[in-house]
Amino acid sequence: MNMILIAVVSLGAIGLVSAIVLYVASKKFAVYEDPRIAQVAEVLPQANCGGCGFPGCSGFAAACVKAGSLEGKLCPVGGQPTMEKVAAILGLKAEASEPKVAVVRCNGTCDNRPRLTQYDGVRSCVVANATGGGETGCFFGCLGYGDCANACQFGAIRINPQTGLPEVDETKCTACGACAKTCPRNIIEIRPRGKNNRRVYVQCVNKDKGALARKVCDAACIGCGKCVKTCPFEAITLENNLAYIDPAKCKACRKCEMECLQGAIVAVNFPPRKQRETVSAEIEQPEVKP
Amino acid sequence: MKTFRIGGVHPAANKLSAGKAIEPLALPRQAVFPLSQHIGAPATPLVKKGDTVKVGTRIAEAGGFVSAPIFSSVSGKVNKIDSVIDASGYRKPAIYIDVEGDEWEPDIDRSTTLLKTCDLSPEEIVSRIKEAGIVGMGGACFPTHVKLSPPAGCKATCVIINGVECEPYLTADHRLMLEKPDEILVGICILMKAAKVNRAYIAIENNKPDAIRLLSEKAKAYAGIEVIPLQVKYPQGGEKQLIDAVIRRQVPAPPALPIHVGAIVQNVGTVFAIYEAVQKHKPLFERIVTVTGKSLKTPSNFLTRLGTPMSQLIEAAGGMPEDTGKVIGGGPMMGKALMSTDIPICKGSSGVLLMNEHEARRATPQPCIRCAKCVSVCPMGLEPYLLATCSAHGDWDRVEHEQIMSCIECGSCQFTCPSHRPILDNIRLGKGKVGAIIRARNTKK
Repeated sequence: MNMILIAVVSLGAIGLVSAIVLYVASKKFAVYEDPRIAQVAEVLPQANCGGCGFPGCSGFAAACVKAGSLEGKLCPVGGQPTMEKVAAILGLKAEASEPKVAVVRCNGTCDNRPRLTQYDGVRSCVVANATGGGETGCFFGCLGYGDCANACQFGAIRINPQTGLPEVDETKCTACGACAKTCPRNIIEIRPRGKNNRRVYVQCVNKDKGALARKVCDAACIGCGKCVKTCPFEAITLENNLAYIDPAKCKACRKCEMECLQGAIVAVNFPPRKQRETVSAEIEQPEVKP
Repeated sequence: MKTFRIGGVHPAANKLSAGKAIEPLALPRQAVFPLSQHIGAPATPLVKKGDTVKVGTRIAEAGGFVSAPIFSSVSGKVNKIDSVIDASGYRKPAIYIDVEGDEWEPDIDRSTTLLKTCDLSPEEIVSRIKEAGIVGMGGACFPTHVKLSPPAGCKATCVIINGVECEPYLTADHRLMLEKPDEILVGICILMKAAKVNRAYIAIENNKPDAIRLLSEKAKAYAGIEVIPLQVKYPQGGEKQLIDAVIRRQVPAPPALPIHVGAIVQNVGTVFAIYEAVQKHKPLFERIVTVTGKSLKTPSNFLTRLGTPMSQLIEAAGGMPEDTGKVIGGGPMMGKALMSTDIPICKGSSGVLLMNEHEARRATPQPCIRCAKCVSVCPMGLEPYLLATCSAHGDWDRVEHEQIMSCIECGSCQFTCPSHRPILDNIRLGKGKVGAIIRARNTKK
């Protein structure tokens, strides 16, 4: 009986002392964490893709709370609705943002860009890019070993075996930019989706002189400058034999697309052109590509 | 017999062209000179379209201290300054010269008489080497005058002449030692004077007994020069391995240089070029290139003017065999598969190797079985499997910590790997990335 009593008392005393120590420690060394960080993190998509530029969703949440304003902060995965929710929690105003998407700026399909050599090393774009110029004569275009597809966490990008080029699934793409960061040749660009998902862009990154670019790829931008002259909005610039359409200025009028002899400018998600225009395009075509 | 202490492999020698004397190759119709034929800043062109040049005319100026000028190897007119695909697999700026006749600069001494005496001071010798555009001709193309200008506080105690030629197939240095021994020995004397040392070792692997015999015989007439026969082991021709083999000193990890252990290593080809530049006023515009391959009709050694397209060498050696799988610039261990045969011969092109389809085929990689063979053969004492895996995963901090920059890219790890893993492919990627990170860090400081 006595033994049981001693055990209960001594254990109780140890428990009491420990409880006091723990209580004091938890008060004394308490780290204050803004409860809003947890609240913000909760509304974020928890993809931890790093597309916002911060290490994971909790990092982004902490940054939002700490900064005190949402200027320049965007969760590309959640987009505007998520940012509205974050703004509501923090009592701030969400910046208007344009939804974006990854675009592949290379149309060097197997038909357009013949393979001159064969690469049998590691099937990885970064390794192949460091080893040499790739299998085709174009040293700027897509290598096609799918580093971008491997980098995508959302399954939005895959290599089409027919063309050997990556294809972006617009419905799945969150514009986190992981693919663009991985690509050793900077082919993938994160561009605004555009009104009704319609956008016009130059599908080429070749900076070689025109004759050389045309020799290695049928769909290369040759830097002729026709599009620059045609554009009524001064949205197109020509640098290093390569045209670039500024998405901020482009009004998607598609005049440049019509002008481009090489077919390097593409317009996506537009309805088919009216009859009259398609006929004229067809008439023009034989002159362009004999 | 001496050899280096860590690692090493024994690939089949395949020295098919060892018995073939050096033949001068016919002039090309057009010569192409890439502006970066050396480690360091690319050269800047001195000529423009339409200029007339002679053999030995300086056509491009060094772009910095670690750089080298480029000389025309032909006489004719400058066709254009454009770009050419070089051995790196990318387009690089280059000077194109259309060949007309063969007119040499008048101050080049074309006689074959041996000029033994050299009255120049060490500084004058180094400046003449610099002005002749001489770079390391073993393949690394490091400007020779930089090696001969040691950083403050370092002093050379000896020069080591690299006649090892440990790469399988290649025989250019071997033939040079057999055919120009006197010139090489005079070149070594000049080099010793320039480096202010009185000891020189000529290191030759003992699979070249004729060269060892000949040079040992001739070296008796010169004070301080000794021929060191070495056991056959790859990569003995690596600078650091050679220093270990010959004088038993180990070069610390980068940024330490061989000069920090008191050694200057020069290839026999470089020494011959030094002789010609100093004694005959002949800048570096030709070199000996081995064209070889098992299916090739006549594997040969050609005295080739720089800028000659590789296709011409292959043609001269009997034409491209039908079963060619790969054309390699350099030897089979360290060489690089080339994108086309129009690539011009550069200062560092020691060979053109045509591999047949069977040899060229890379086996399918299997999972690593943790046998650690790569670790035991690595001549730098690294852990190749680890470097390769971390590079593939982009862990640049880790690979830098594991001394990836010490890797000499000899390929012993990949050669020995029973699972045929692409170890060196990944290490090269990591080395490139870490090198860029280190350079960025240094410029920031």
